[in-house]
Amino acid sequence: MRFVAVTACPTGIAHTYMAAEALEQAAAERGDEISVETQGSAGSSPLATEDIRAADAVVLAADVGVTDRDRFAGKPIVEGTVKQAVENAAELLERGAAVPASEQEDSHRAEEQHHAESATAGAEGTGSATRLRQWLMTGVSYMIPFVAAGGLLIALSFALGGYRITEAPDVTEHFDPATLTSWAALANQIGSAAFEFLVPVLAGFIAYGMADRPALAPGFVGGAAAMSVGAGFLGGLVAGLLAGAVVAGLRRVRVPKAVAGIMPVVVLPLLGTLIVGVLMFVVLGRPIAAVMTALTDWLNGLGGANAMLLGALLGGMIACDLGGPINKVAYTFAVGGLTTGSETALEIMAAVMAAGMVPPLALALAATLRSKRFTAAERESARPAWLLGASFITEGAIPFAATDPLRVIPSMIVGSAGAGALSMMFGVTLRAPHGGLFVLPLVGSPALYALAIVAGVALSALLVTVAKSFGRRAAENVRSESVESPVAA
Amino acid sequence: MNNELITSDLVDLDLRSPDKQAAVRSLAERLVTAGRVTDLERFLTDVAEREKQMSTGMQGGIGIPHCRSEAVTAPTLAFGRCQEGVDFGAEDGPANLVFLIAAPQGGDSEHMSVLAALARRLVRAEFKRTLTESDDPAAVAEYVREEVTP
Repeated sequence: MRFVAVTACPTGIAHTYMAAEALEQAAAERGDEISVETQGSAGSSPLATEDIRAADAVVLAADVGVTDRDRFAGKPIVEGTVKQAVENAAELLERGAAVPASEQEDSHRAEEQHHAESATAGAEGTGSATRLRQWLMTGVSYMIPFVAAGGLLIALSFALGGYRITEAPDVTEHFDPATLTSWAALANQIGSAAFEFLVPVLAGFIAYGMADRPALAPGFVGGAAAMSVGAGFLGGLVAGLLAGAVVAGLRRVRVPKAVAGIMPVVVLPLLGTLIVGVLMFVVLGRPIAAVMTALTDWLNGLGGANAMLLGALLGGMIACDLGGPINKVAYTFAVGGLTTGSETALEIMAAVMAAGMVPPLALALAATLRSKRFTAAERESARPAWLLGASFITEGAIPFAATDPLRVIPSMIVGSAGAGALSMMFGVTLRAPHGGLFVLPLVGSPALYALAIVAGVALSALLVTVAKSFGRRAAENVRSESVESPVAA
Repeated sequence: MNNELITSDLVDLDLRSPDKQAAVRSLAERLVTAGRVTDLERFLTDVAEREKQMSTGMQGGIGIPHCRSEAVTAPTLAFGRCQEGVDFGAEDGPANLVFLIAAPQGGDSEHMSVLAALARRLVRAEFKRTLTESDDPAAVAEYVREEVTP
């Protein structure tokens, strides 16, 4: 990455230069290039025009207005205080690196236009939408390693131990180094332990991005609460944003000097955690439980429904919150039927697994074919996502969905619904509750099954690419159409 | 007159002050004695003014009270090391290293570049370590002077 940065503080004596030094050190550590303009008392040597043009992102670390902001018109800009730059320069650069490549392209165009017409381009500064995405990006960038580590271990366990590996006894009670099954069970249980962190880490670091360290504990705990009430990653997003907002709000309260010292380490985390915890458990927990019960009852009552319609509905539900309550209802419904062993139940299981494999595969495909529409972090997540999708680990899609839910989730719902409907239409059956490609031998008519999945993947990948190539308004249109279609199908 | 950024008289390796006002005053008195500050009270008011905008405590036990002031004759650093620490408002605790940076009001940029160089050193681990470990004021002053020489 290439960055340009401007630092500026009120007196222009100390922080301006400390921030510049910290940014340069952080960039060197990351292996990035950076040129910094210090707008301070020792005079500033302005950034070279070529540097600005070549830069992938602009970092403004300033407590006072930056001189000549027009130079950066159209460029992706991240802003912070000088203090943030001094204490956490790497974080600022991370945020800068997270701006999607497509916007950089647009910015080049905007800049050329700017040069040609010498008019002032409009897009500058950080609107609330940009800031929201930066917060989400912070959470996601810390979550990705957990998705990769946990997901790949679980996939490995399926490969080594088959789909029954989740029923293996706890490795602390039974572990035989001589059997492959024991190792597979171990990999599965370690992977599952890593997955427990997904939502808390996501929520914790969203909150951290919003309100720094005091918000970390409220965010993590809120995320854990989201898990306990079964709210999934969307609940985690809510918990993280809530924790960040609560702590940011509490910080504004003026307190006596004696208390000020313990605010960031004791008072803010304590009050923040309490407030977020109460809201998550009491306000969010009950409605989610009620919705899940109602959905389950409704599904159970759908006995005589058209098979394709049921497949589309369940498929859409699987993709709708990627491991959240709606996903869980659909999955539990399918697994519950498995015990009856009826032909319909096996078909439903096949449809649900096909739908669950679609989102990670589709996003991996889209991020590979149209890499410019995705951020660097997303392109990194694409590689593990192939294997996660192939193993029916739908969580592989969360890093994509968490940063851009409005564009990603609807696209995924359509493709998953399509895969579910096709699978039902072909009458494919499945006897295993999970395992992805590793349980292909247990699938009736595997070729048609693969066709259903490929079709769903292609559809979702196409939709998400289209959604990402349009501006916000276009994305909204895609969203409203696609939300309706699985229900109406 | 000696116009070095810092001399051994401006180093206090055993700063004992209950709070930041006292710490700044103690270091500022050294600036007055060295002839770098002409009006102590005025200078202290200007430092307090800057401190009010945003506390100057930084992570890692550093406080950098500073200001531009009419009462300052030349860019100068007074350095104090405090075993118990002085609270400068940093989130992670009190400061053990206190850098009082005095800049003249109308200083031209060439003048000020020495302070810019100093500020950059403050975020280098090596610089902080040397100042934490040294026990000779003259050696500290010389080390800082060498570091900020362009």
